[in-house]
Amino acid sequence: MATQTVHHTAMTLSDHLPILQILIPFIAAPLIVFIGQRKLAWPIAFIASATSFVIACLLLSKVIGGSVISYQIGGWAPPLGIEYRVDAANAFVLFLVTGIATLVLPYARQSVGSEMPHQTQTLFYALFLLCMTGLLGVTITADAFNVFVFLEISSLSTYVLIAQGSYRDKRALTAAFNYLIMGTIGATFFVIGLGFLYMATGTLNMADLADKLTGQYESRTVRAGFAFILVGMGLKVAIFPLHFWLPNAYTYAPSAVTTFLAATATKVAIYVLLRFVFSVFQPAFLAETSTLEIIFYPFALLAMFAASFTAIFQRDLKRMLAYSSIAQIGYMLLGIALLSETGLMATIIHLFNHGITKAALFMGVGAYVLRSGSSFYVQIQGLGKTMPWTSAAVVIGGLSLIGVPGTAGFLSKWLLVQAALEQGYWPISMLIVASSLLAVMYVWRLVETLYLSTPSSEQTIQEAPLSMLLPLWAMALACIYFGFETDITLGAAKAAAQALLAGSSGMMN
Amino acid sequence: MHFFTSEFFFGHINYWLFIVLMMTGLYIVIGKGNLVKKIVGLNVFQTSVFMFYISMGKISGGTAPIFPLDGKYNPEIAYSNPLPHVLILTAIVVGIATTSLGLALIIRIREEYHCIEEEEITVIEDAVFRREYLQAKSQGETL
Repeated sequence: MATQTVHHTAMTLSDHLPILQILIPFIAAPLIVFIGQRKLAWPIAFIASATSFVIACLLLSKVIGGSVISYQIGGWAPPLGIEYRVDAANAFVLFLVTGIATLVLPYARQSVGSEMPHQTQTLFYALFLLCMTGLLGVTITADAFNVFVFLEISSLSTYVLIAQGSYRDKRALTAAFNYLIMGTIGATFFVIGLGFLYMATGTLNMADLADKLTGQYESRTVRAGFAFILVGMGLKVAIFPLHFWLPNAYTYAPSAVTTFLAATATKVAIYVLLRFVFSVFQPAFLAETSTLEIIFYPFALLAMFAASFTAIFQRDLKRMLAYSSIAQIGYMLLGIALLSETGLMATIIHLFNHGITKAALFMGVGAYVLRSGSSFYVQIQGLGKTMPWTSAAVVIGGLSLIGVPGTAGFLSKWLLVQAALEQGYWPISMLIVASSLLAVMYVWRLVETLYLSTPSSEQTIQEAPLSMLLPLWAMALACIYFGFETDITLGAAKAAAQALLAGSSGMMN
Repeated sequence: MHFFTSEFFFGHINYWLFIVLMMTGLYIVIGKGNLVKKIVGLNVFQTSVFMFYISMGKISGGTAPIFPLDGKYNPEIAYSNPLPHVLILTAIVVGIATTSLGLALIIRIREEYHCIEEEEITVIEDAVFRREYLQAKSQGETL
């Protein structure tokens, strides 16, 4: 090939932040396996995830004003080369993923130690980092096929992580197997969709795709591609009728894994959905096809009620929280369906707030599992007295889940109600409040079990160890902090929503 | 209707084959209870997508996209599009990883459940579930 002079300007370390974000956990994971020392596995994993968190904070601070960082891998210019693109929307998600990972790791040390045999723990940390790499990669990349590759990196490690729960309950194996089948079908659908888009445009760069797709919205190829991408990602997001893998996977996975997955994996999938629905396809396309009216509204509302209702009647706290996650995903979809800036802001903020809320709650569950052996309501009866600190944090998480004023959950639900009213959909805002009442019921049942019933066994149960309490309380305090201090979340969500709604013009520099 | 002309049928023959393979695979995944058969179905399903991508890059009369070393290429030669092929190399690797992980999970499932039929596994899991329910009831569950 004719040699091309690549203008190589001197780059400093800070210019390489987007790639370092991915590389650090990605290199640390095999490092753990090669060193093979159980004692070194945890420190390496923690240092890697803490470094990524610092990088994510730096990236967020750079783009929160609305600017965009474009990083060309290997110096190959997009659309031919693979591009990493950081804007307010994905920097915010990177911040969430790395932040949760950094807090889950100290927690995991004790929790994993009690739920898994020694010999698999080294590999656990390697897989955890790989899963995190995949999630970060999905978030940061601006190349549509790259999304698939990273998605599979995170999914494959997720299946293994879930299967690790088999040391406690063998049903983790079938849960992981079912998730593998569903997840692979979802990812393959996503690839089929990308294939259709590639046929129509001949490009895979998201901004370039968006450009070349305008004017082709009537094409059946493009519409079929959109449908495949929507269903494929819908499986990963666990949109209501595609959620069957989720309850078992969350219930039987080790507690630390559930915490990490519930707080990040579905959130990243929602982000990809947002990216494709709003940036690759323009809002004009959505207005033209009636996807939102036919698919998003009814399924979002169904999820809010059916899943919340199911959550009330669970006898396992972990499973109850899994169903509540499906309901909360309904709120996020509703925000997308409203197709307004406020609605999108509500989705993005809820994505973040629900992430920290669920992290706090599942960490509490892990503490109960460690001390009482399981998370069944009968087993955790009366633990409010014996494990006061854990239970108090769980109650804070529960309040945030309902959306009580003063907690993070209130802010996002308030925005969502506002967005519905803005569009004049007052029945929808009523339904949001009504489904929150269902949340009150399942959270109250938890509070009642913890504080008002007598312990079922006479054995003395101690408070959870400090290494678990500190991350748990960090999350619980974050739920309160982000309920009052709303500048960070609102600012980032506003910039993100504007960038997303601007469509491809938001993706071009 | 132009749907039923022979040109429409043979002109899109690669897509028809893709659809038949894809549906066969998807049917096996959903319809069969044997876990190994499910994985095989998943494989057929994924392979159909590989075929779809590979046939997409083919240009009629196109040759292998190898650039002459001296840089003097004949602009009249049509080359097939190599990009879909390269993408599918990645997807094949992912497919192998998925298959091996699925099979490994089946081995573990067989060790724990002593069967690999979905129906039998459901029976065992239902029994565990009922035992949990009775245990909860005997300990005075509130609901």
